[in-house]
Amino acid sequence: MSSRGRLLGGLLTVVGMLALWTLTTQWTHAISPERFPSPSDVYKAALQIGTPPAGYAGTTIWHHIGASLELVMLGFLAAVITGVPLGLAMGWSRRFEAFFNPVFLMIRPIPPLAWIPLAIVWFGFGINAKIFVVWFAAFVPSVINTYTGVRSVDPVLIAAARVHGANDWRVLRDVIVPGSFPLMFSGLRLSLQASWTTLVAAELVGAVAGLGHVLIVASLDLYPGMILYAMAWVALLGATMTFALASFERRMAPWLR
Amino acid sequence: MTPRRAELTLLSAAGIVVFLGGWWLAAASGRVSALILPSPPDVLSTLFRLTHDKFANYTIQQHLASSIVRFLFGFVLAALIGIPLGLAMGWFRWLDNVVTPLFEAVRFVAPIAWVPFAVLWFGTGIGGPILIIFAGAFPPCLINAYRGARYVDRHLIEAAQTLGASDRRIIFEVLLPAALPSIVAGLRISAGLGWQSLIGAELIVVSAGIGYLMVQGQSNLNTAIVMSGMIAIGVVGVAIDFLLRLLERTVARGHSSA
Repeated sequence: MSSRGRLLGGLLTVVGMLALWTLTTQWTHAISPERFPSPSDVYKAALQIGTPPAGYAGTTIWHHIGASLELVMLGFLAAVITGVPLGLAMGWSRRFEAFFNPVFLMIRPIPPLAWIPLAIVWFGFGINAKIFVVWFAAFVPSVINTYTGVRSVDPVLIAAARVHGANDWRVLRDVIVPGSFPLMFSGLRLSLQASWTTLVAAELVGAVAGLGHVLIVASLDLYPGMILYAMAWVALLGATMTFALASFERRMAPWLR
Repeated sequence: MTPRRAELTLLSAAGIVVFLGGWWLAAASGRVSALILPSPPDVLSTLFRLTHDKFANYTIQQHLASSIVRFLFGFVLAALIGIPLGLAMGWFRWLDNVVTPLFEAVRFVAPIAWVPFAVLWFGTGIGGPILIIFAGAFPPCLINAYRGARYVDRHLIEAAQTLGASDRRIIFEVLLPAALPSIVAGLRISAGLGWQSLIGAELIVVSAGIGYLMVQGQSNLNTAIVMSGMIAIGVVGVAIDFLLRLLERTVARGHSSA
């Protein structure tokens, strides 16, 4: 009953909001179309940006999405490849931890978005600056969560493996890595969200393509329909990536369910 | 074999020395221009100079002050709306059913993606940035108040109901105090996200504030100014987190003694 009530309530709310939206923008103009678009404004914007070759803000929506996704994936993968091993090493060896941790503590309070101006000075407005900030946004949480994940592994398990004659490599592969999965994956989810936000911000600051670029051009053009359409894509892709990572997590670590 | 404390302290010091020393050496080698990579002392002296020489119309304290004012507006607004709404959602099932789907739909919009509407609705002065900070700070306030209210001991609620407490009294006198630790933890997360979103907003829309200082430094290709801004942002971020951690500890203590 309660889950059905919830579903029904959710459905009613969504339908109600859509009706209210149409009523206030399309039919009565209670909300000025310059402030918030009506459903048909959004539809027109979607048609315009979906039509090749001109599209909007340089190209079609699919190319903008492709550009954004490519950068976020490159930066995120680079962060996983560099961050997870570093986190494992910091969790494995007290000496490694002692060496790297203070530097992390110094850098960590600076939010990824604050690296954007520096990245622009160093790499210009091209894709390198964006990959750099996306990498940075995901790097710190992946290191820290992997490292806390390793530390959360029950020492008894490690000792048990040792007693049975496991060498360092097997302890790492069969005990520490699987044991640190839960925290590692929640770190990766945070990383991916941070990467996405940072990329959109970097594209807002300066880019030639990408959803952030669409947003800023639409903002300068005072084009609410396009703004809402691009925002919806930002949300949809952010949600899709989070869910994809969660299902990957379930596949990699089925025992966590 | 566990390494000794002295060795670890030495290694920590070595880590910082390698980091700062490597940076310094790279800057001093002359291979990269001082504009692109200033040395650590250059950055510190720039930071100090910014406290009395105006850059982008204000000193760095004035930039920080206007950032902090914006932050406080957005953060307080998020707390004032998010916490009561979260508590009420934890109590009234119908409200939960109405708000949750909307919230879920909007939650995945990155706060920074609100920039165009923020500018369109509230301009680039103080209103626009406040909406962006609000967008960053609101979700944790709501979620933690909601979860805190949902996990309150049923016996407390039933006791209050037996004694004839009204909905309002249950929310404010049972749910609120019981959910307080969760709420304060949410405030800490939301302050962090709000501060980040503020920096993002200031990179794009405003004409004062610490993010604006950095953008101006960036367009003058002055890395020392950009880095000074980064340091200031980091320090204020740590200070905000420190204050909220104090609050968290005070609340936790009040809870365990109650």
